[in-house]
Amino acid sequence: MRELTHLEQLEAEAIYIMREVAAECEKPVMLYSIGKDSSVMLHLALKAFYPEKPPFPFLHIDTTWKFKEMIEFRDKTAEKLGIEMLTYTNRDGVEQGINPFDHGSSYTDIMKTQALKQALDKYGFDAAFGGGRRDEEKSRAKERIFSFRNAQHAWDPKNQRPEMWKLYNTKINKGESIRIFPLSNWTEKDIWQYILQEKIEIVPLYFAKERPVVYRDGNIIMVDDDRMKLNPGEEIVSKKVRFRTLGCYPLTGACESDADTLESIIEETLSAVTSERTSRVIDHEAAGSMERRKREGYF
Amino acid sequence: MKSLLKFITCGSVDDGKSTLIGHMLYDAKLIFADQQKALELDSKIGSRGGEIDYSLLLDGLMAEREQGITIDVAYRYFTTEQRSFIVADTPGHEEYTRNMAVGASFADLAVILVDATQGMLVQTKRHVRICSLMGIRHFVFAVNKMDLVKYDRSVFDAIEQDISKFLSEFRAESLKVIPVSATEGDNITQKSDFMAWYSGETLLKYLEEIEIADYSDGQEFLMPVSRVSRPNYAFRGFQGQIESGELHVGDSVQILPSRETACVTEIYAADKKVPSACAGAPITVSLDREVDISRGCVLGRDAAVEVTNLFTAEVLWMDDKQLISGRNYWIKIGTKMLPASVLKIKYKIDVNTGEHIPAEIACKNELVVCDLILSEKCAVCEFEKSRALGGFILIDRVSHMTCGCGVVLHTLRRSNNLVWQETDITKAIRAEQKNQKPRTIWFTGLSGSGKSTLANELEKKLVALGRHTMLLDGDNIRMGLNRNLGFKESDRVENIRRIAEVAKLMNDAGLIVLTAFISPYGKDRKKARDIIGEDFFEIYVSTPLEECERRDVKGLYKKARNGEIPNFTGITSVYETPENPELTIDTSSRDMEEAVETILRALGEL
Repeated sequence: MRELTHLEQLEAEAIYIMREVAAECEKPVMLYSIGKDSSVMLHLALKAFYPEKPPFPFLHIDTTWKFKEMIEFRDKTAEKLGIEMLTYTNRDGVEQGINPFDHGSSYTDIMKTQALKQALDKYGFDAAFGGGRRDEEKSRAKERIFSFRNAQHAWDPKNQRPEMWKLYNTKINKGESIRIFPLSNWTEKDIWQYILQEKIEIVPLYFAKERPVVYRDGNIIMVDDDRMKLNPGEEIVSKKVRFRTLGCYPLTGACESDADTLESIIEETLSAVTSERTSRVIDHEAAGSMERRKREGYF
Repeated sequence: MKSLLKFITCGSVDDGKSTLIGHMLYDAKLIFADQQKALELDSKIGSRGGEIDYSLLLDGLMAEREQGITIDVAYRYFTTEQRSFIVADTPGHEEYTRNMAVGASFADLAVILVDATQGMLVQTKRHVRICSLMGIRHFVFAVNKMDLVKYDRSVFDAIEQDISKFLSEFRAESLKVIPVSATEGDNITQKSDFMAWYSGETLLKYLEEIEIADYSDGQEFLMPVSRVSRPNYAFRGFQGQIESGELHVGDSVQILPSRETACVTEIYAADKKVPSACAGAPITVSLDREVDISRGCVLGRDAAVEVTNLFTAEVLWMDDKQLISGRNYWIKIGTKMLPASVLKIKYKIDVNTGEHIPAEIACKNELVVCDLILSEKCAVCEFEKSRALGGFILIDRVSHMTCGCGVVLHTLRRSNNLVWQETDITKAIRAEQKNQKPRTIWFTGLSGSGKSTLANELEKKLVALGRHTMLLDGDNIRMGLNRNLGFKESDRVENIRRIAEVAKLMNDAGLIVLTAFISPYGKDRKKARDIIGEDFFEIYVSTPLEECERRDVKGLYKKARNGEIPNFTGITSVYETPENPELTIDTSSRDMEEAVETILRALGEL
């Protein structure tokens, strides 16, 4: 008898999870961050319900600081697939001029965490899919696939619901919600191999190309628009770089690379000595920073 | 390359679980450089001095690092040249047993650590039991800290014997015992130089090579329906994951619980139309005729699957609130979620000895065997035959916490009289159905002291709180049941006796009863207490005579003073003040709302 491959097993698990949510939750939404994990998640959602369209909308939290290519990719993808793509920006934050250069971690809180909470409350979503994986970070490694949030969107890591076999508990009271991570058990390598196998389209920023960059605090930051102010001594240089992870451009470090095909990216990933989150500037704060943010409602 | 291996590490606190995994990842160069850097950094600021503390790699929560313990299960992913692994590192503290069980439910194999200086502990045995309950059939024991017993073979041999003996009562398909030192790295990824007497594989090598057969191999087709897809009028598909067996277009399948049959016309494996699909595949199936199928139904061909609403199960209880016979929960079994009650707890299992101990309730982290009844019949199977239809969780109906998990040992049939005799509806079941604790709240005090008003107000409040109540007072008792009784002493005694018996019946029915009678004699109140038993709650309304007489709502005191009423309590007849009432309350000094709040607080859980 035929057995499923490793990737097929991961795919089957994610599809099972998505169907559970669609069947049991009242108003689910899929968070879409435009990154490679989101692209995989979207692809899985299309497969999970085929020939039906995914029975929930997609939501992008736009901080207004995403790479231009990401926004283009988002709009193109939504149009091509005919899916409902909601976008939300914390207008208060924009009016106060909150930006990643001057406001550090409060920028992440206001433009991402608060914006997400506002969006979920506005639409009344009781379940939100996220692309988080357990191999990304130590506190994520501890999180359940169905992760319960109280009415303030806070995670209580010391009192998580037991999650047995694949019997997911979707029961909640009014105001409470669940974050669901269908890619929990995928590794970065699995993601890339799946993208290759399924020929999933991803934002071109993942492929190495000559780009205008600045070296800053040990990170390589791409100059995506003229809002990026140079510090004394910094200069814009053209380098062949790519991104292992995508977020807001001033907070996302690139790596020098020649990998401009999926095959070469996978090869590079397999031999990498640093995990992908090192290129996320926000993760470099004190140990436990991710957990702290999650307790406050970060995805 | 061999298939993916999912395993857990477990064992008692400080047996070195996290250190073992940390060391394995470190040795096998499976840690990214930045994680390694963070690890070294964490170690320096941690409490264990300058050496690398491998456990910091896994203990990812702040509380864990502060306390130096593992609270919740952590998942790690690594690949060697031979195999891919997912390891769930689980907590050793008894308090976090449920998190350990979460890891066990996910794994195919357990690596159980035993401290060589201590041997098998109660907690080690608890973990073996839970692993077995959750379906693990492959066990590796890592006898750790061999360096602390000078790599002494005789210490290892004795522990190995204990392990073999203990494991003989479980359905283990494989068992391996390996002497290791997690901190020193002996027999983790490299053979130890100090234990030449051990000729077996290192832990990593053993894990790379062990063959784990899929438990569902050779079984018939089975698929719980996750979702019915109706994108348009023309298409109706049933979505689910095949749990066992294969499915081909043209196959005839049975639908449970209805036992109707239909033929498969189309199979979509994800987004592709396929002629057949194998176990594990997520599919969408369409059938040749209109049959009633909804989420929670099961498509199958397996005769071992029964349609029933009664079964006996072994349950791991995980909630602070105790498991009680009769209490109602949500149960999730397969893809079906429905109400269920625990009919009877048969016994609990001593985790150390395996002994069956008679029990009425189950506390957190206890293993019990009990009978469950579901609100409707559905497809159920013994866990040994089908993980998908034999494993379940119980969910608290108020907090929505996953409060228990269990496996079906065997199903029960209605026609089995024995079952029904054992599972008669009891007072506890009736009370649980009303989600309350029956009580008789017995107000006693002088006429005009405020008993009836208090009882009335309290009842309104209880009903507002969703409780089921009944108020017994002079009006509804004297007019009917006790119409034939007068006011002479023997009649008064009989009056109270009847009221007490009625209250007791109502308590048995699960109700909260409030009574408001003067009941002046201690002897009679004692009798009522004896009849009603532990549900009796006496409230002495101690409003002073002067205040009662001042109020004189019905003008009775005036008549009594004028000699128009003989034997009037407080004037011409004695009121015996209660000696040890559960609560004393004076209505002259506080308002009604405050008094009701005081009573509610004193009553506690209802």
